[in-house]
Amino acid sequence: MQSLLRASLVLALAAPVAARADLASDSRSDLTPDSTTSSRADLDALRAEIKALRGAYEARLQALEQRLQAAEATAAMRFPAAASTAVVPAATAPSVAPAPVSPAASSAGGAGAFNPAISLILSGLYTRTSRDPADYAIRGFQLPAGAEAGPGTRGFSLAESELGFAASIDPWLRGAASIAMHPDDTLSVEEAYIQTTSLGNGLALKAGRFFSGVGYLNPQHAHTWDFVDNPLAYQALLGTQYDDDGVQLTWLAPTDRYLELGVELGRGRSFPGSDTSRNGAGMAALTAHSGGDIGSSQSWRAGLSLLRAKASDQALSAAGAAGDTLTSRFTGTTRVWVADAVWKWAPEGNATRTSLKLQAEYLRSTRNGSLVVDGANSDGGGDYRAVQSGWYLQGVYQFMPRWRVGLRTERLNSGTPHYGLEAAMFADGGARPRKQSLMVDFNPSEFSRLRLQVARDQSREGSADNQLFLQYQMSLGAHGAHGY
Amino acid sequence: MIDRHTLVALLAASLLLLALPSHAALRVLACEPEWGALAQELGGNLVEVSVATSALQDPHQIQARPSLIARARNADLVVCTGAELEIGWLPVLLQQSANARVQAGQPGNFAAADFVPKLDVPGRLDRSQGDVHAAGNPHIQTDPRNIGLVAAALAARLQQIDPAHAGEYARRHADFAQRWQQAIARWTALAAPLKGAAVVSQHKAFVYLYDWLGLKEVAVLEPKPGVEPSASHLQAVLATLKGAPARMVLYAAYQDPRPAEWLSKNGGMAAVKLAFTVGGTEAAKDLFGLFDDMLARLLAVGEKG
Repeated sequence: MQSLLRASLVLALAAPVAARADLASDSRSDLTPDSTTSSRADLDALRAEIKALRGAYEARLQALEQRLQAAEATAAMRFPAAASTAVVPAATAPSVAPAPVSPAASSAGGAGAFNPAISLILSGLYTRTSRDPADYAIRGFQLPAGAEAGPGTRGFSLAESELGFAASIDPWLRGAASIAMHPDDTLSVEEAYIQTTSLGNGLALKAGRFFSGVGYLNPQHAHTWDFVDNPLAYQALLGTQYDDDGVQLTWLAPTDRYLELGVELGRGRSFPGSDTSRNGAGMAALTAHSGGDIGSSQSWRAGLSLLRAKASDQALSAAGAAGDTLTSRFTGTTRVWVADAVWKWAPEGNATRTSLKLQAEYLRSTRNGSLVVDGANSDGGGDYRAVQSGWYLQGVYQFMPRWRVGLRTERLNSGTPHYGLEAAMFADGGARPRKQSLMVDFNPSEFSRLRLQVARDQSREGSADNQLFLQYQMSLGAHGAHGY
Repeated sequence: MIDRHTLVALLAASLLLLALPSHAALRVLACEPEWGALAQELGGNLVEVSVATSALQDPHQIQARPSLIARARNADLVVCTGAELEIGWLPVLLQQSANARVQAGQPGNFAAADFVPKLDVPGRLDRSQGDVHAAGNPHIQTDPRNIGLVAAALAARLQQIDPAHAGEYARRHADFAQRWQQAIARWTALAAPLKGAAVVSQHKAFVYLYDWLGLKEVAVLEPKPGVEPSASHLQAVLATLKGAPARMVLYAAYQDPRPAEWLSKNGGMAAVKLAFTVGGTEAAKDLFGLFDDMLARLLAVGEKG
């Protein structure tokens, strides 16, 4: 192949010379038509010239080939060092053996080398419930229209599958996006943010859409949850998971004890806030988390967060006293305090065989403003104040490699809203919804998980809802490292 | 009653105190104990070394715990194995540390595997092959010659980050390199009887050790890298060993000893626990002790066979 290439190149280069020679001999023969001997001599001379040319080109090609090979060799030598930004002084350089180039490294060249890391989470669910999920409501709590509360749909369904992208943007920024694919053929942008990597002094700034850093579970993606669903307290008080557009500044203290403080400003686009056309921020949050190790086997993290969101004309629905659905509109502000704590244990810190994780959160929401109840006898509104709270406590125990079992118990307290004389319209002032869940999961590898969960949900009027879930969760492609 | 201004001043003062750097030494966070020990050899009292994992932990499976985030935030240099060994936790740890000095690509981010020739580089990258590492087998510390290569690169990096003490690092490295070369010569001579011995490993954690000593790995107890040995796979390994017996089965200190012990009992070969890294066994107190102890344990059963 190489010799063919060389021959054709020589031919191509020689052709114009030969053509010129023909032309020259033609013109010369025109001038001296009978001097064939001299033209033959000319031809011989030309042949010699072409031969010399060919020889010269061949030599030059060989030189070029050698240079190319040398360049390839040095590139191969340099590649591993370049990847690690090794600045090795000349004195020590000879002792550092050049590592062989791995196939992955060499195939990472070209335009694809800078593609973001792509991860795909595939998740599917089989749900069986004793009560129809269509009329799901949490007793005593007003949820926004279209809230993602309850066990979802019965039967087989695509659970939240998710596509994630992440990469460094430049030496100062990184970016990440995750797109959720829902069972009803819709897509939603869960997160799409940029984040600084080098502000220094422990500061990091994030901008875009992201899960708020309040609490322990809120910033976590669904595929990292230890149960199929989020706790009731999150469903009732934070709209399952508080996701907003805005900015977040975090500061990590330069101490040996972990201490991170954060402040967030956002649009307030989701419950307990509502989207409006205001210029200012509709949401503000403060977070504080601390944590550490206790010996070599235990570690912990605890925190306190406050989220404040504004809502105007927020459509809500709740179960009314007469068993009907009561719709209303709320305008005002909501404050949600979240206290969270997690404690993990593994013998000598080696969680491959056995480990235990205990986790609890307490949420307390205060809504202050005015409420208009639709379709009531009196169509009027009035001052409204409600203090509601909820907590959960869960433990997940890995009893042998690949197998885990978990138990979760939760309670809500709806409180009694202050709403003048009309408070009685809301069923169950002081309702105490509760739920118990038990799960077992099997993890064939760190990229796959199968889970069975049974739950007894007493958050609705009447009989308890017995739920059964069978779920798979798989991680394809780049596997982003999980947080604590 | 303290007035508001006093309170604010007190709060500001305490924050300022917290923010002041409290250490003069170069703060090094090592991902694994062997690199912590190496940094200590090369840095002496110029460095303050803290190690993220212990020899009893599986370096693949560590969580970005709050205490590690706090230490990464304050580190001047992070020394890890690289080659994707810490892929499950180091990226998130560095990201949450908000420490620009130790991000990938910065001088404060040192990956040891970049400086040694790697073995077991997969020809095919697919997770059906188990927990494979694109860059090759990351357990490079089981060959002392690799430690020597990394020491040279790490000494250079310390000089680059802390130029004020460059001479001291160079002197310490020259001293270490000399002692290390002598030790390697001694270990190599000592291990000569092991050459060509057939061994079984629990995880593909010792390929560099085998490469150095000329041991022959005839079977692995994990059906795929990172996948726990199953009963049926153990039976299959036992069956293949009937035809070609091995002298011993090796496992690392952090691993579950039961699969190796099962094979030892049923296959009639010795099960040898190797420190794998500094601190893995009582005698493996430093890098020299690590290889002294590993060789002593190998020779104790290897010479009989």
